[in-house]
Amino acid sequence: MSTMIAGAPVEKLRADGLRKSFGTVEVLKGVSLAANSGDVIAMIGSSGSGKSTVLRCLNLLEKPNAGRIIVSGEELRLVPDRHGELDAQDAQQLQRMRARLAMVFQQFNLWGHMTALENVIEAPIRVLGLSRADAVARAERYLARVGVIHRKDAYPSHMSGGEQQRVAIARALAMEPEVMLFDEPTSALDPELVGEVLRVMRSLAEEGRTMLVVTHEMGFAREVASRVIFLHRGVIEEEGPPGEILSNPRSERLQNFLANSLK
Amino acid sequence: MIDWALIAESWPLYLNGLKVSLILMAISVSASFLLSVPLAIARVSRNPWLSKPVFLYTYVIRGTPLLVQLYMIYFGLAQFEWLRESIAWPLFRNAWFCAWLAFALNSTAYTTEILAGALRQTPSGELEAARSLGMSTATIYARILLPSAIRRALPQYGNELVMVMHATSIASAVTIVELTRTARDVYYNHLAPFEAFGLVAVFYFVITFALVGLVKLLEGRFLRHLRPMSVPSKAA
Repeated sequence: MSTMIAGAPVEKLRADGLRKSFGTVEVLKGVSLAANSGDVIAMIGSSGSGKSTVLRCLNLLEKPNAGRIIVSGEELRLVPDRHGELDAQDAQQLQRMRARLAMVFQQFNLWGHMTALENVIEAPIRVLGLSRADAVARAERYLARVGVIHRKDAYPSHMSGGEQQRVAIARALAMEPEVMLFDEPTSALDPELVGEVLRVMRSLAEEGRTMLVVTHEMGFAREVASRVIFLHRGVIEEEGPPGEILSNPRSERLQNFLANSLK
Repeated sequence: MIDWALIAESWPLYLNGLKVSLILMAISVSASFLLSVPLAIARVSRNPWLSKPVFLYTYVIRGTPLLVQLYMIYFGLAQFEWLRESIAWPLFRNAWFCAWLAFALNSTAYTTEILAGALRQTPSGELEAARSLGMSTATIYARILLPSAIRRALPQYGNELVMVMHATSIASAVTIVELTRTARDVYYNHLAPFEAFGLVAVFYFVITFALVGLVKLLEGRFLRHLRPMSVPSKAA
C-alpha cells in the first residue's frame, strides 16, 4: 500500500457474486460491486429489487448464501452454517470489519435510552477503545459537523426525524469508517426534513468520503453520486456514471423505472 | 376505644419486626435480581436448551403459592434423611435460610419473566445498529439490551418489590418474628386485635408507599427518554 501512487484509486470495498435467498425466493442472484476511495455509489431500483439486501449482506446483517466480501484488501472469512447461509468464521474479524463499514439506517435506530452524545460515543469507546474524553471530543466534532450539536443532551424520542438521522450519521462518522453504508436514509422522513439530511450527505461526499447509498432520491443520485447502480430483481441491470445512466438508460426496465420515479 | 398505651408500649417490638421484614426483603430481592438477569437472558435465548428449563422453572414457581413453596423447603425437605445427614442440613434447619431461599426463588421467577418481557421488547433496529458498528454480543447485552430492558421493566419491577414486601409476612409461618408475627404476638398477649393488626397495616402501608415513591424517583431518573416532550420545531 505504501508504494501506491498518490491519487491512484484505492479499493475500499468489493463484493463478488453475492447471492441471497429468503426461503425459496432468491432476492440476490449474484451481485458484484466495488467502491474505490472517494466513490459515492447510489444504488437505485424499485422496492423488492434487493438493494437494501445487498447493503445488509455487506456487513452480514443478512447472511448471504454465496459470495465474497473484501474490505480494503481484507477478505471476510465466511463459512456455510447449517442453513446453507454464510456466517463469519471469526466473530472478531466480523466485528472489526463492521466497524470499518458504519451503517446509517432508514429508521435511524438510535439507542433510545441514550442521549445523542451518548449514542455517538458508545461504539468508539466500546469497539475502537477510545478514552471517554477522546470519544466525547470526537463526537462533539461530528455532531457539530452534521448540525445537531445543540441537541447533544436530547434523547432520540425528543428529537425530530431529521435530527435523529443526523445524529445517526454522526454516530457512523465517529467510527471514522472506510466506507459508509446508507440504507434509504431519507425514506422515513417527513418531506420537509429530507433536505437537511441530504445536505449533510452531499457535504460528506464532497469531502471525499466513500459512500454506498441505497436511495429513492433521484436528484441526489444525479447530482452527488459518482456512479449509479440499477438493481432489478436481484441482478445489476445497468451501472455507470449518473449522467449516462439516468439520462440515457439503455435497458427498458431502467427506462420504465426512471419514468415512474421522475413523475 | 383504641388503646394508645398498648401501641406505645409495643412500638419497640414493631420496630424490631420492621427491621426483620426489611432485611428479609432486601436479601431476597438482591438475590432474585442477580439471578434473574442471567435467567432472563437464557429465557429469551433462541437455544431451547437454555430457554425451556427457565420457562419450566418460572412456570412451576408462578403456578404454586409461595406459602406452599416455603412449607416444602422448611418442612418438606427435612423428611429426607440424606439431606439431614448432608453438610447442607444446618442451612435447611434454619428458618431464615429457608425463608430467604423461598422468597428469592419465588421472586426470581417473577422478575425473570418481567425482564424477559422487557428484553423481547427491544426494538430490533437498535440491535442491528449495535451489530453494524462492530459491537460484540457481550457488549450489546451490557450496554444496549440490559440497560434499556431494565429501564423498561422498572414500573413492573416496582410492583414486584411491593409484592415481595407483602409476601415477607409469610415468613411468620416458619417462626420468624417479622412484622406480621409481631402483630400476632401482641394480639395473643393483649387480646387487642384492632390495635395489633391495625398498627401493622399502617407499617405495611407506609413501607409500600415509600417503595412506590422510590420507584417513581428511579423512573424519573432512568425513564426520561420515554417521557413525552413536544418536539421542538425544526431546528436549523
